[in-house]
Amino acid sequence: MTLQEQQGEAELIAAILAGETQLYHDLIRPYERPVYLLALSYMKNETDAEDVAQEAFLKAFRHLSSFRADAKFSTWLISIALNEARGRLRRQTAARTESLDKDPDEEGAVSPALLRDWREIPSEAVERGEIRDLLRKAVETLPEIYREVFLLRDVEELNINETAEALNISVSAVKVRLHRARLMLQKYLAPQLKSVTKPKRRWFAWS
Amino acid sequence: MVIECKHVWTYISDYLDGTLSEEIRVTVQKHLEHCELCSAILDSTRNILVLTADDRVFELPVGFSERLHQRLEEELKQKKGS
Repeated sequence: MTLQEQQGEAELIAAILAGETQLYHDLIRPYERPVYLLALSYMKNETDAEDVAQEAFLKAFRHLSSFRADAKFSTWLISIALNEARGRLRRQTAARTESLDKDPDEEGAVSPALLRDWREIPSEAVERGEIRDLLRKAVETLPEIYREVFLLRDVEELNINETAEALNISVSAVKVRLHRARLMLQKYLAPQLKSVTKPKRRWFAWS
Repeated sequence: MVIECKHVWTYISDYLDGTLSEEIRVTVQKHLEHCELCSAILDSTRNILVLTADDRVFELPVGFSERLHQRLEEELKQKKGS
């Protein structure tokens, strides 16, 4: 985001707080996708994710006056969405005690899938439904702490500092988790993508 | 300086982000020039990142935006009325 855009955003927020509430529609438009994707990564189904996203946008509106002008609106909004998603998951799966006692960043190295060669898969391949499903499923199977970093950083293209701030973790934790997420995806996806995108043998090509 | 493949793998993410120190970057670069295995791993990782970042992979549900703004509109009206 450019400085100008950031200033524009600050002015929008001031105007909304001063009573021009309609401007809230414009303020949030750029964040519909990142907020929804983050919600989806927690809820794993579209209906709940949409609900969480709507709630997050409503909460942000109701609490807009507590937004500190020195923070970034995007990271503030994302942390509201994150709390909303986590809170709802907690209520759904009452008291999951998974991995509270160990530091996930301490786990060992992830090794990639070993390949001898790689033929570039063009982005047109994404038009094929099976490829899209494969990519989505791969991201969904990442453990939560890697998935959220990956989505914000590599899918939504927040920078490292913004990702750290939104998730309330350190910059070095972002780097470690991102690295693991990327290698896990490579390990899971590279062999499968290689086989589904292999050029089909053309029978009777000479007839 | 010569490094082993498994060390190169620990630098893949930083290499892709361009955040390695110059010295390590050069070492990794040299390794990649003669190691088919590591360059295939790097190329596939980079390729996968391009594919997963494609907007078509994660799409907003149809009507998401309309429903969201409709719900906001109700909230905004209420606020005005209150």
